[in-house]
Amino acid sequence: MSQSFDEISAQLRRRHRKTTRLKWMSMGALGLAALFLVVFFGDMLAKGLPAFQQAQIQVQVDYNERAAELPLAAVQEDVRPLVSRGYLRLIPGRMEDNPELLGTTRKEWVLADSAVDQYLKGHHTGLRDGQAAVVERLQADGRAELRFNSGFFTRGDSKMAELAGIASAAMGTLMTLLVTLAVAFPIGVMTAVYLEEFAPDNRLTQLIEININNLAAIPSILFGLLGLAIFINVFGVPRSSPLVGGLTLALMTLPVIIIATRTALRSVPDSIRHAAFGVGCSRWQVVRDHVLPLALPGIMTGSIIGLAQAMGETAPLIIVGMVAFIPDVAASFSEAATVLPAQIFTWAGEPERAFVEKTSGGILVLLAVLISLNATAVVLRKTFERRW
Amino acid sequence: MPTNQLFALFCGTLLVLGLIAYLAGRYKAVRVRASGTAMHAQPDQYAWFSVLSTAGPAIAVGALGGIAMLLLGAEIPTPYLLAASLGVGGVGLFAGLRRVRPDFHARKALESVVHGCLAGAALISIFTTFGILISIVGEAIRFFQMQSFWDFITGTTWNPGASFLEAAGRAEEGASAAQFGSIPLFAGTFMITAIAMLVAIPVGLLAAIYMAEFAPARVRTLAKPVLEVLAGIPTVVYGFFAAISVAPILVDVAGLFGLDASFNNALAPGLVMGIMIIPFISSLSDDVINAVPDSMRQGSLALGLTRGETIRDVVLPAALPGIISAALLAMSRAMGETMIVVMAAGMRPNLTANPLEDMTTVTVRIVASLTGDQEFASAETLSAFALGLVLFVVTLSLNLVSVIMIRRFREKYRINNL
Repeated sequence: MSQSFDEISAQLRRRHRKTTRLKWMSMGALGLAALFLVVFFGDMLAKGLPAFQQAQIQVQVDYNERAAELPLAAVQEDVRPLVSRGYLRLIPGRMEDNPELLGTTRKEWVLADSAVDQYLKGHHTGLRDGQAAVVERLQADGRAELRFNSGFFTRGDSKMAELAGIASAAMGTLMTLLVTLAVAFPIGVMTAVYLEEFAPDNRLTQLIEININNLAAIPSILFGLLGLAIFINVFGVPRSSPLVGGLTLALMTLPVIIIATRTALRSVPDSIRHAAFGVGCSRWQVVRDHVLPLALPGIMTGSIIGLAQAMGETAPLIIVGMVAFIPDVAASFSEAATVLPAQIFTWAGEPERAFVEKTSGGILVLLAVLISLNATAVVLRKTFERRW
Repeated sequence: MPTNQLFALFCGTLLVLGLIAYLAGRYKAVRVRASGTAMHAQPDQYAWFSVLSTAGPAIAVGALGGIAMLLLGAEIPTPYLLAASLGVGGVGLFAGLRRVRPDFHARKALESVVHGCLAGAALISIFTTFGILISIVGEAIRFFQMQSFWDFITGTTWNPGASFLEAAGRAEEGASAAQFGSIPLFAGTFMITAIAMLVAIPVGLLAAIYMAEFAPARVRTLAKPVLEVLAGIPTVVYGFFAAISVAPILVDVAGLFGLDASFNNALAPGLVMGIMIIPFISSLSDDVINAVPDSMRQGSLALGLTRGETIRDVVLPAALPGIISAALLAMSRAMGETMIVVMAAGMRPNLTANPLEDMTTVTVRIVASLTGDQEFASAETLSAFALGLVLFVVTLSLNLVSVIMIRRFREKYRINNL
């Protein structure tokens, strides 16, 4: 039974339509991923941007003797519940430091309670009706407004949402990453140099290679178990400290740096090595003076990407105890500290609405740092990349 | 004297010793060479050798002593230890200077030390793996001495509640004995992993097909980084997004259909995890599809197959080992993922097939049992290591199978850069 040309060309059209359908479907999949990114960033921005603003109200502060004992008495009764208790608590101390304040009455802009803050941002929660009316009146008089929240960047964690900031977590992240870099970078580069330039092709080398690829794929939480059982329980490194967190993250970052460095070393052409050997360099001199400098941009790029990965990591740090309430910046590498992702995790567990905003604000800061780190890596690669 | 100052003094003295070694070694070598004798190495190399023979033994003695104190519990007073290591450094200084002779290969000696250091660094990754293995297996064995292995593998109730009473020697007070049946946890892990894979495999694979087969070069260079961003977002952020934004929407949507969903349902973390994993699948699949030789496409098109048929019947079957390998890698990533499930999934071990109910996972329980205020030796804390051991074994075998698959693909098409 033969088919007519019409039937054949109809069949052909059907088959080509299938191709088109596949094309659109696959394009849709990519679009879905992009759409998610847009929704995700939009959602985070919408939730997090208000965190960079904080309500302040102008109130009369009476610096009298009663206020030194009972700070609440320093402000009038109608605005008393609207002022941040964290601010009021500081009044007696300030009066001790500046005795000339005693007996004066000043109009001051003070930090408002987080309920006022949320009210001004349009979330009508937490304020009683009478208080809301007071806030409305203050706002109409220009005595209540949203200002840039500098405290978010200069203060540590607090149980009071209006006082909570990321300073201690940011410092903790910096210290932890310093430890990570100091440990992972030299060891990673040395391992890669050994494997690429020195190692004989034997069983041990193969074992090391398989092992490194494996380490890269081990769930991060298991590194936390290692940190807990070996670093803390055996070696006695202080729990919750940037030291133990940094060491744990270093072991996680090691495979990333090794793999990136090996790629960079491999991209240096052999002719360079041959030339250096030809003029009588030893193997180590070839590597030190010629191969490593040429591979350096690639090594830096890989290390930055590895560090960015370590910076966003939370699970192993929870296991080694870096999720704690840390109101102050840690003074040394062996003191309890927390890191940005862990701070985000802690805040995410707080039930108050104001903390949702704080959490998203912290996330925005973290994402901004991560994106700039990765962008630096890309720029570095683009600037120094050499095609041989 | 406080330890910190003592340590600073030690480092300072060692630095001075090293400087002396460098200058003296160099001076001696320069003088020998000035006298007209041919030497095997440069003065600098002799100098560095002297430094090494001074600092190396000193640091080694200090480190050995430190390890002996930490690991074996030996009681060595810190001042004595540091003094001893400085003494060894002084001896090393003299030994090193004595060897600054024309017939000594200082460069070779230096380089063999460098070689040793590099090899030592390479061994650290092996130590890490063994460290993970030893720490997890050791504590897991302690757990299985307290609880039966069989109950752990086959039990369907996870109720560690009473274990802290047992650890405190007050077992009778607990209303019921602690039970460590891990099946509900693994059921939860597999459920959430399955949801994640249902999202990630189709989307990731289709995205890879588009990028490898259809997309113009400009779209390709744009789309790759966009997908990489997905992999770069910290998991704690995904967890927050799943718990705060996705879960309430799912509850509302389920309500529209008259279904009762928990706010800690398994669907929200599963979906978000699936999105997180898309780049793992798409980038490896993209590489694999690109690596399929063009001659196969040309042959297929020459036979009259359309592009779609070429992709479906020729390219994808050829790339299948690589795609499976990508999927397995992604699966092991999903099973070990912690933060998303800690924040968005439930805490209640729940054996159910309904993804709208709350259920918990292995990683959630590991975190929960290690962040409680329990003493370390309690069965609940140790159970984290038993769960970790199972997680380690499962992810390791997934990774190994994945490596074998990709190697098979590579050998079949003789591709070197995968």
